[in-house]
Amino acid sequence: MSEVRVRGRAETGLKFHGETRALRVKMVLLGSSGVGKSSLALRFSKDEFKASAPTVGCAYLTQVVCLHDATLRFEIWDTAGQEKYHSVTPLYYRGAHAALVVYDITKRESFIRAQLWLKELEKQYIPGETEVVLVGNKMDLPDDREVSLQEGRSLAERGGLLFMETSAKSGEQMNELLLTIGSNPEHKIRIMQLLERNRV
Amino acid sequence: MEEEHQDKEQSETVRCSEPQSHCSLDEPDSLQVANTISLENSSPVKLDCSTEKPCRSSSDTVKDIDSTNGPSEPEPEPEGPEGDGMSTRSSELSEVRTGEENGPSSQPQGTAYEEDQPENVSDSASTDNTLEDSSEFVVTVLARGSLEDQGEGPSSALSEASSPVQAQAPSHRDEDVTAESWRRHRKHVFVLSEAGKPIYSRYGNEEALSSTMGVMMALVSFVQSGDNTIRSIYSDEHTVVFMQQGPLVLVSVSCSRQSEQQLRSELLYVYNQIVSMLTQASINRIFERKKNYDLRRLLAGSEKILDGLLNLVDSDPSFLLSAVHCLPLASSLRDSLSQILQKAITPNLVFSILIAKNQLLTIVQEKTVIEDTRLEPADLHLLLNLIGASSAFQAGEIWTPICLPLFNPDCYFYAYISYLDPPECTVCLLLLSTDKEAFYAVADCKRKIDEGMRTQNALRSIARAQSYSASQVGVSDLRHFMYKPFDVPDNHRQLTQFTSPEMEAPYSSEEERMRLLDLYRYMHSRIHSSSRPLKLIYHVAERETLLAWVTSKFELYTCFSPLVTKASAINAITKLLRWIKKEEDRLFIRNPPKYSTTPNPSKGSRGGKGGSDRQDTTDNGFLSLL
Repeated sequence: MSEVRVRGRAETGLKFHGETRALRVKMVLLGSSGVGKSSLALRFSKDEFKASAPTVGCAYLTQVVCLHDATLRFEIWDTAGQEKYHSVTPLYYRGAHAALVVYDITKRESFIRAQLWLKELEKQYIPGETEVVLVGNKMDLPDDREVSLQEGRSLAERGGLLFMETSAKSGEQMNELLLTIGSNPEHKIRIMQLLERNRV
Repeated sequence: MEEEHQDKEQSETVRCSEPQSHCSLDEPDSLQVANTISLENSSPVKLDCSTEKPCRSSSDTVKDIDSTNGPSEPEPEPEGPEGDGMSTRSSELSEVRTGEENGPSSQPQGTAYEEDQPENVSDSASTDNTLEDSSEFVVTVLARGSLEDQGEGPSSALSEASSPVQAQAPSHRDEDVTAESWRRHRKHVFVLSEAGKPIYSRYGNEEALSSTMGVMMALVSFVQSGDNTIRSIYSDEHTVVFMQQGPLVLVSVSCSRQSEQQLRSELLYVYNQIVSMLTQASINRIFERKKNYDLRRLLAGSEKILDGLLNLVDSDPSFLLSAVHCLPLASSLRDSLSQILQKAITPNLVFSILIAKNQLLTIVQEKTVIEDTRLEPADLHLLLNLIGASSAFQAGEIWTPICLPLFNPDCYFYAYISYLDPPECTVCLLLLSTDKEAFYAVADCKRKIDEGMRTQNALRSIARAQSYSASQVGVSDLRHFMYKPFDVPDNHRQLTQFTSPEMEAPYSSEEERMRLLDLYRYMHSRIHSSSRPLKLIYHVAERETLLAWVTSKFELYTCFSPLVTKASAINAITKLLRWIKKEEDRLFIRNPPKYSTTPNPSKGSRGGKGGSDRQDTTDNGFLSLL
């Protein structure tokens, strides 16, 4: 599995890199409990999948990605989806370059929550500062789907957000998600501009 | 020998062989009768007791409510499903019985002392108990988890001996609460709100238990309506302990035969763990605003933390002793670890704690903090449990608000948790700050600590550190012990600690370990009995001999092979104490070091620290998302 992933990344121009000197990208994962935020973070940072207990507070992970000529150091804030931690989450999404609002395509409730998260996020972020991506996770469970691809896409379009369905379990669409964040031509330029300011 | 700790069949036998008091064996249902209900308040009352056996002991404030239908008494029963059977008369204090206070201190040599645990004495059972009577109803319901079944007596479940806790990890939540196996759990714990809303159940889904919890609440409020507080109910097999904390009601239904006092302190741990996640102030505020708020939405995802806590409480004697177990370490190594922590500081950092194998390595405290107060063992236990529960994220760094209920129940600290030795993840660093924005600064401290550890090769030394074996003490027949010193003289007001060797053969299996812990719990309950505390007990159990001794300097529990004599046991203890004295520097943290990080020491007072950090969780964030 990890073989495939590494190759996949190489093909698409993404490469992992051990250097610490890099551009800093702060990324935050938001969404209700159990939608798979930690699994996405784990897939992203270690390319593994394992069922995890609910996150306590907020977990911080880093991952260095080599993107063409630039090296990006992703700092991932994996927040707990539980309500009791909501009071502190603004700390994590404030100043984030990318915010992934995650829902579970097999749970309509989580989709509704995602919309609340988007509203909450709107209050906090300055347009142009944060790239918001709506992520429908668990696409490996099509039989239990409650939220259609179209619904997700149109919600994203309405808000002018990026949209992606993924599976942290199978790893499907994960590279695409990274690329969406990292190298969408238009957004890449914006990210690069932002990064200029945050050069480490 | 000790009935309590015998195997199921044996205790069954003992019970049955009890005198007529056990009556009603012809009517099996009567076994479930709640024999005693103790209340907190005032004029103890004995209800319509048709039993002639005078009850021993008397705690200050207990009512005994018999379960037979009797002449009905002054107390009107306003509401509550129970009723007909419950009646009170406020005269016969002498008939009050409470459980563990009955005192066979008279059995220093510990041969069989007669069964006087409440569960086994059915003074009142000689009355004919009808099924309709209230307390039976309650216990039945507690046992069955459904109101509808009240009519028939599910006698078997309760009269059967309990099975030990099973560690069927996956799905306690999905358990069928009407099943026999559910009822047979050794210890149930329920948390509900004052409105009777289920918040947590150790086994089974709270939703499915809402009627059961409703009955519990009805009981609580029924007694409350008489300006009293229900404390416990004893039946033959079960002890039901109630505790109210603010707007929350906690209930323990146990057939572990622990003392009420012990069960109560366990419930307090559960409450404090909830407070550690939400703070007391915000719990109170939420329920002030909305009496029937469903607290589960705030605790969603935290069930594992509570489950983990209850498993630890059952298996780790730290909770029983209210003391911290530290990993034995050469004092020079411990000192150098402390120095590494001492050097890596940032403003508002208040505690730096290093943990290996779930035991404390060292703890460094902010100066002004330690001046005011100290970290309570109970708070540290909650932290350790949290770390265990968050192990799923061993790769990352965790930053989470956490309240230390005994330090200040109304404010949050911010905890930084990270493992120093990935991927093994045995050495865990815990840094507590009062500043919620301090993540990056605190994470920097971790890098410094990482470096310090690397240059000193400390991780390797820590990996070599391990607990010790009782055989190292060099006293024959000594199998195990727990030693808790009170205030080490040269540094009082430090963290209460205890030391204990590994449990080795014959206590290597889960069951045997639990059996030994149960024996310790029994000894502990005798030593700390509220009505008849003891200083020394020599207790000959079936398969081992135990000696517990409490002095002004220490509390000691020892376990010997069954062949030991009293004289040789006492001799052994003298040797053991000498050995501990010699090893003291290795076994305990002697001089917890301090650092100073508070820029403005005047803020360092207990209240000040809390206040500066207080935040209104209800207004900030989560309610807006409801």
